[in-house]
This record gives sequence, structure tokens and C-alpha cells, in this order.
Amino acid sequence: MTADATPALVEDEQRTAAGPRVRRGSAYPRYLAGKVAGAAVSLLAVLVTSFFLFRLIPGDPVKTMTGGRQVSAEQLAAYREEFGLDLPLWRQFTDYCGKALTGDFGTSYQFRAPVVDKITEALPNTLLLTGTAFVLYTALGIFLGTRSAWRHGKLGDRVNTGLALTLYSIPSFWLGLLLIIVLSVGIGPLPGMFPTGGMESGGEEGFAYVLDVAHHLVLPVVTLVAVEYGQTLLVTRSALLDEMGSDYLTTARAKGLRDDLVRRRHAVPNALLPTVTLIFINLGRTVAGVILVETVFSWPGLGGLFYQALSVPDLPLVQGLFFVFAAAVILMNTLADLVYPLLDPRVAR
Amino acid sequence: MTTTETAPSPRALARQRRRASVARFWRQYRSERAGLYGLTALSLCALLALFAPLFVGSDVSSVTDAPGRPMQSPSTEFPLGTDQFGRDLLGLVIWGSRVSLLVGLLAAVLSVAIGTLIGVTAGHFKGWYATVMMRITDWFLVMPTLVLAIALATVMSRSLTTTVVAIGVTTWPTTARLVRAQTLAVETRPYIERAQALGGGHWHIMSRHVLPNVMPLVLAQTTLIISSAILAEATLAFLGLGDPTVVSWGGLLQDAREAGAVSSGDWWYLVPPGIAIAVVALAFTLCGRAVESVLNPRLGVSR
Repeated sequence: MTADATPALVEDEQRTAAGPRVRRGSAYPRYLAGKVAGAAVSLLAVLVTSFFLFRLIPGDPVKTMTGGRQVSAEQLAAYREEFGLDLPLWRQFTDYCGKALTGDFGTSYQFRAPVVDKITEALPNTLLLTGTAFVLYTALGIFLGTRSAWRHGKLGDRVNTGLALTLYSIPSFWLGLLLIIVLSVGIGPLPGMFPTGGMESGGEEGFAYVLDVAHHLVLPVVTLVAVEYGQTLLVTRSALLDEMGSDYLTTARAKGLRDDLVRRRHAVPNALLPTVTLIFINLGRTVAGVILVETVFSWPGLGGLFYQALSVPDLPLVQGLFFVFAAAVILMNTLADLVYPLLDPRVAR
Repeated sequence: MTTTETAPSPRALARQRRRASVARFWRQYRSERAGLYGLTALSLCALLALFAPLFVGSDVSSVTDAPGRPMQSPSTEFPLGTDQFGRDLLGLVIWGSRVSLLVGLLAAVLSVAIGTLIGVTAGHFKGWYATVMMRITDWFLVMPTLVLAIALATVMSRSLTTTVVAIGVTTWPTTARLVRAQTLAVETRPYIERAQALGGGHWHIMSRHVLPNVMPLVLAQTTLIISSAILAEATLAFLGLGDPTVVSWGGLLQDAREAGAVSSGDWWYLVPPGIAIAVVALAFTLCGRAVESVLNPRLGVSR
């Protein structure tokens, strides 16, 4: 610790000598501006990618749209004009970017409705599913990871890590399908206890509706939590193991603190710092999990929509959803970057 | 000191050292119990995949002359039952291991090759090249990998090459980051300066001095990436983005879902391919973690 502190002190003294003393807090706005600018550049890059990536597709999108039916040349031309496919590529690009900035991602081939409408329709459902699962798997991962690290090498730790690694290696869609068979369809004497898919049975009002949605939510959430908590557990565990040998923990114990307090007040807060970053970086994996789980459970969210759009393929919708998924991860990462210096002031400097 | 005729040539000396370090590596690896389990499971799967033609004929995936009736549950004739075309599921699962393992391996090799190339060059050539490369890496790092892979698989034709490329070009950034950090560390060592003073060019330094030093890291990374590549392959196949003409574990799961195995409760159709995926992915993860903790003793406590 002292070895770390000394250069910083020297630096501080040099700064004082060179000019007016720079306060520690003043680094934050510059850090913030840097991160926000970086996120903006990333978003722009995603926008550009989403345009060009889907123009690589071989074949004529209009032919895909009509699905091999016999269509006259006039009709094809009309379709082209309707979706702006008759314009030169650079015009399409500038149109796309201009419209995207105002939130317009064109019209879905499949639903004949604005992409934005489809997305805003499905977004709350996805947020409900992902949010619930995220809170649960983060809490579970941190809780079990802490316990595991505190007793590392013991039987409990080995079982915990082994289980986490196993669940982490299981394809999420497979686990979902199995849960449907066992708990929804019912197997042998076991009756089906949960709905096989969707979000509501329909016809419910008020509190009964909330219960109904919660009932539909159980299996998708369990699937997501099962495949995702392992990563949080392992990250927390290794972060805490890094802290285990630290002098300040020995000091805390020497003061006579109970083991439990040493863990909760001293070790865990420090170990959580690296964990926070990694949890947010790993969100990309959760997005993948959500797509699969929503597909398997016919959850009417963005992931299920993405699967429907892929099977056509409905380019404007795929494009819009691609942008939304990437943007969500970028935004969450930026958020983590912004919160991080508040947890650990050393970062912004 | 005079060189005598008995002194080994530099090449022999290098070979001897390499053999010694491999032996040392193996001694330490042996003490990782989970790593040994993983290695055993992998060897079995690899043998099964290699010798699959001996157990099952290549006509196992033929729809026209299937041996059984559609959707039979497990029996002595068909230990895992049959699919909707009456094909033997045990044979299909064994045959599917070939594609799943091959795609996993190739995709991981491609991914690690790109990552190593970018990592080493970005660490060696500093300045704007490194800045640009690291910006690209960071950008790929925040992208949801699977969404990008799905997008790539959608715009390309359905084939195994597409799957390999889609996984390979989306999973390299972590490797690039790790390799670059290691390259930067290696390049501060005095013998790099010596090599430069003796007139060693960029290529010489990167291939002879940096690369051998980052290789252990790359090895561990490859093992870990194979595991996620196999999962990604299964996912793409399950979403209907794989090659429809070959049998793979993910493809079998998609077939099962389309045949209505879920709603009719035919668990025996779904369970074997999923277990196969999970076992192989877990085995590679266990091996990768063992390799990692042998190479990086600081991580040793966290096994």
C-alpha cells in the first residue's frame, strides 16, 4: 500500500509546486466527457455497421419480400419505391442515418408496420424479463461467489464452482426446452405446473393479470438466471480471492472484528469494484441469452421479434433490432463507466 | 572458454529446453484434478468423433432409407430412440460430434489467430496503428458477440464456412487485448533491446521473441474459446442459421423442436444432444482453466 501511495504523493507535491493545486474531484467532468464521447462514436459506428452489414446480403430484398410469388415488374418497382430501394446506395445511406437519428428505422417487410412501433411494443416485455433476471443472477452470483471465496478449497466451494461451470456450459435454449417439458408439459406423474410460453393467458384484469404475468415469467427467468449467474459467481470469487491476502484484512481481524464483519464491511466492498465492470461487460452475453430464451418461451419481446425477423429475413427489422441490442450494451457499459469513479475515486484520475 | 566438439548445437539445445518445459508443464497440469477430468472427457469425445465411421455408417443421416419408424422412444434396437424420419438418434448424436467439434476447433483457431495477429502488432508498433487497432478491438468488445455472429450468418449463405467465419470474426477481441498486454510486457525486456541493437527487424522481433512468449497465453485462450465456439455453433444451428445439410448437435435440437418434441413431451429426443454439447463445452472450459492456472500461478489460488 505504501509503495503505491508514495509516487502519488510525490506527484501531488510536484503539481502543487508547478501551479495551483488541482483538486481531485475536478478530474471527473473530463473523464465523463471522454466516456460519453466514446459512447457516441461507438453508437455511430454501430449505425454505420448496421447499414452496410445488411447490404452485403446476396439477392434482391424485394424478391425475398414477395416470397417467390409471381409478381409483375410494375409491382416490383412499386415495392422498391415504397422501401426506398430504387435510390443509389449513398442516398440510401444518408437517408438511413438521417432517419435513424430521428428514431425512424423504416418499415418492416413482414408486419407492414414501422420498425420503431414494433420495437417500442416489445421493449417493455424484454425489460421486464431481462431486468428481473439481471437483478436475480447478479445477486445470486455475488452471494454465492463471496461464500465460495471465503471458504475456498472446501467442499462447499468446489460444489458451488463446479455447478456454476456446468450450468455455464449448458446451452440456454436447451435448458429452456427441458424446463418446458418437465414443468409445463409434465412428465410421467408430474403435472404441468407452468404455462408453456407467452406472457399472459388473456382475459385477466388488475391483480389477477399481474399474477398471471408473474406465473408466465417464472420459467424464462429461471433459465436466464441459471445460465448467467455462473459468470458473476466466478468473477466475484476471483476478485475476492485477490483481496484475501491483503494487510487491511489482517488488521481488521487483529482489531477483533468478527469474521462475518471482516467479510461484509472490508473485503466484499473492495472485491466488488472489479466485479461491477465485468458484470456490465458481460451484458453482451445476456443479450444473447435473452434472444434464445424469448424464442424458446415465445415471450413477446425483442429477442422473439429478432428470431421472427431472421427467419424471413425482414431486413429493416433485423437492422433496427441489431442497433437496439448493440446500443443497449454500449449504454449500459457507459453507465458502468460513469458510476465507477463514484465507487472508486482512483479511476477518474 | 573454448567450444568443444561435444557441445550441443544451439538448435539441439533449444529442442532440449522445449522438451523440459513441456515436461514441467505436464507435471503441474497433472496436479489439477478438474483439468484431468476435462482432458479425459475430451480424449474420449475426440476418439469417438474420429472413429465415428466405424460405429455408424455415413448413411446415418439419410432420410430416405431410415431404419426405424418415426419418433420411437428408446428401445434395445435404438438406445436413444428415433427422430421424425425414423433415423437412429444414437448414430446421429455420434455423427454430429464430428461437425460440432470441427466447427468449434476451426472457429476458435480463426478467432485466436486474428486476436494474436492484432494483439502482437498493436503491442509492437505503437502510435496511430496501435490506437486504431485498439479502437476497433474495443468496439468489437462492446458489441453483443452473438448478435453480430447471427447478423453475419444471416447475410452469408448457409454453410459450415459461414458458421466458422461468423464465430471467428466476432470472438477475437478478448484475445487481442490479452496478447497486446503480454506483448507490451515482453517488449520492455532487455533482450528485445539487444535484438534491436544487433539489427533485428520488426518481423524477427515479433516472430522470434514476442510470439514464443505469448504462445502459452494463446494456448490457454484457445482452449477457453473452443468451449464458447461450440456453444455458439449450437446456437446458430438452433436458430436455423447453420448448414441444413449436415448433422450437428445444435441442428438436432432444432429438428427436435420443429418435430414438436417439446409439446409432446418427448424428452429422450432433446436430452442427448444437449448433454453432448454441455459435456464438451464443460470439458474445454475445465482444460482451459487448468492450463491458465498452470501458466499463471497468481491465479493458482482461484482454482
